[in-house]
Amino acid sequence: MEELINVVDWSRAQFALTAIYHWLFVPLTLGLGIIVAIMETIYLRTKSEKWLATTKFWMTIFGVNFAIGVATGIILEFEFGTNWSNYSWFVGDIFGAPLAVEGILAFFMESTFIAVMFFGWKKVSPKFHLAATWLTAIGASLSALWILVANAWMQYPTGCEFNPATMRNEMTSFAAVALSPMAMSKFFHTVLSAWALGGVFVCGVCGWMLLKKRNYDHCQRSLKVGAWVGVVGIVLTMITGDTSAVTVAKYQPMKLAAMEGLYKGNHEQAIVAFGILNPSKQAFDDQDPYLFDISIPYGLSFLATHDFKAFVPGIEDIINGVTYDNEGNEISTVSYAERMERGRQLQEMMAQYGAAMKGGNTLIQDSLKTAINADFKHFGYAYLDKPEEAIPNVPLTFYTFHFMVTVGGYLLLFLLLALLFAYKPDILNKAKWSKWWYILSIITIPLTYLCSASGWIVAEVGRQPWTIQDLMPNKVAISDLSAGYVQVTFWIFAVVFTALLIADIGIICKQISKKSQTDLDTVND
Amino acid sequence: MSCNPDNNQGFWSRVFHLYYDGFRSMTVGKTLWLIIAIKLFIFFVIIKLLFFPNFLNSKCSTEQEKSEYVRHQLVTDD
Repeated sequence: MEELINVVDWSRAQFALTAIYHWLFVPLTLGLGIIVAIMETIYLRTKSEKWLATTKFWMTIFGVNFAIGVATGIILEFEFGTNWSNYSWFVGDIFGAPLAVEGILAFFMESTFIAVMFFGWKKVSPKFHLAATWLTAIGASLSALWILVANAWMQYPTGCEFNPATMRNEMTSFAAVALSPMAMSKFFHTVLSAWALGGVFVCGVCGWMLLKKRNYDHCQRSLKVGAWVGVVGIVLTMITGDTSAVTVAKYQPMKLAAMEGLYKGNHEQAIVAFGILNPSKQAFDDQDPYLFDISIPYGLSFLATHDFKAFVPGIEDIINGVTYDNEGNEISTVSYAERMERGRQLQEMMAQYGAAMKGGNTLIQDSLKTAINADFKHFGYAYLDKPEEAIPNVPLTFYTFHFMVTVGGYLLLFLLLALLFAYKPDILNKAKWSKWWYILSIITIPLTYLCSASGWIVAEVGRQPWTIQDLMPNKVAISDLSAGYVQVTFWIFAVVFTALLIADIGIICKQISKKSQTDLDTVND
Repeated sequence: MSCNPDNNQGFWSRVFHLYYDGFRSMTVGKTLWLIIAIKLFIFFVIIKLLFFPNFLNSKCSTEQEKSEYVRHQLVTDD
């Protein structure tokens, strides 16, 4: 058992490492892609060489990040086939279909139009070039869509039916998978947060240039676009974050409870604005979950259901099968103990199905298939040794969620001020503290990356122990490998991805430094 | 308006020159392509071939065997 836990932990650690590194490259591509497309649109409308120079500057940065980041996501697919083979088989074509669409889009759309974007300035018409730039940006977002659809299915499996003959889930509705509420809220929240990150990146780079007193006009042009995209991005991220919270409350109530460190729910439930968790708190003991907290009355009820009076279940309620109905009333459903029992019955039925297949008894197979699918939502609970095993890491989920929300609030303020200074630069120019604003702009870049990574940690740690929500826990999803084998590849990835990150940051900084010393009001090539 | 001086060329010829001239005139792009080539070599040749075989393919040769293997894993293992 200890070996199994080690393999699970190392496989999870490896996936987390590669996913987080991959995500360091992706949001800048998504955000900067839109910003570059808007800049080029302005250039085409104004025919100003200054806007062309500014567009080309940011396009170079976009290109470096795109080139270093490209294919880093493919590693995750390697891991599925090797480390998570039971999962890969079990999900069947549901995971494969969105990833195939993503591969086609990424390969054909991005690789075609990005070539026109970089090589086509003097080869195609300006309008066609602009179209290629927009299609590269849109293509990147569409690639993200299919990855997020696949991820959302793991959080909320829908549009499928389990086939006990093949032991795979089979897609019954592509639309239900692609347009599930979880997929939609995840897509918009993620992509729009990347716009905010792109905006912050532009503000930070311009902050550095202004600190160095280089290319003032170029920075003013860049800031106007960057701050606008950033403000729109962060406001829409907050709105879609609200939608995400409602979706999580409905389909993953345990995650919401962990995000808030809520063990016993209530009507008119307050939300913790700031809190320090009691580290010794366990479910079903009598200890206070918080050592210190500042709460907003009614906040969590409203966040989860848009109803100030609604019941929000805590961790202990969820384990006991207590939840809420559409009117926000407290209701009792199936407890985790009962779900474990039903899951074990399903396991037995699957074994019987296998025997019936070998015996060629189709009548029994049909009746077992109907029975298995009727109760399938409890299947994963068969593998829990006790109900408390279904509780995610509460401190990590709680703190990363609160960090993300706090930094998100700060980013709104920061980007609004950046927008103000972009249109009223004299405020900054006359201020004695302008230097500190520029430094703050630079510091805000890594802070935004941490915020973005925190969002993913909340989403992924908060749904533990499930690889597929309610259907497959991690300990069953992994392959029968040794922990040592996974450790070796973990360290290989750690080295390779760290080298790529250093190269990315190094080349981007070198390009910014080099180009900022040239006149960015004129086109140099 | 077209900036292309070779409008009389065929479509595929223009596509070829887009890439050919693009690659020739690259500056920072050359370093990036070197990084991409090294990265893809490490990913697909070293990591994929040596460390990431398809686990089920290494255990089973047919789809039926894979189903039975996973059934065994999910139904009988603790």
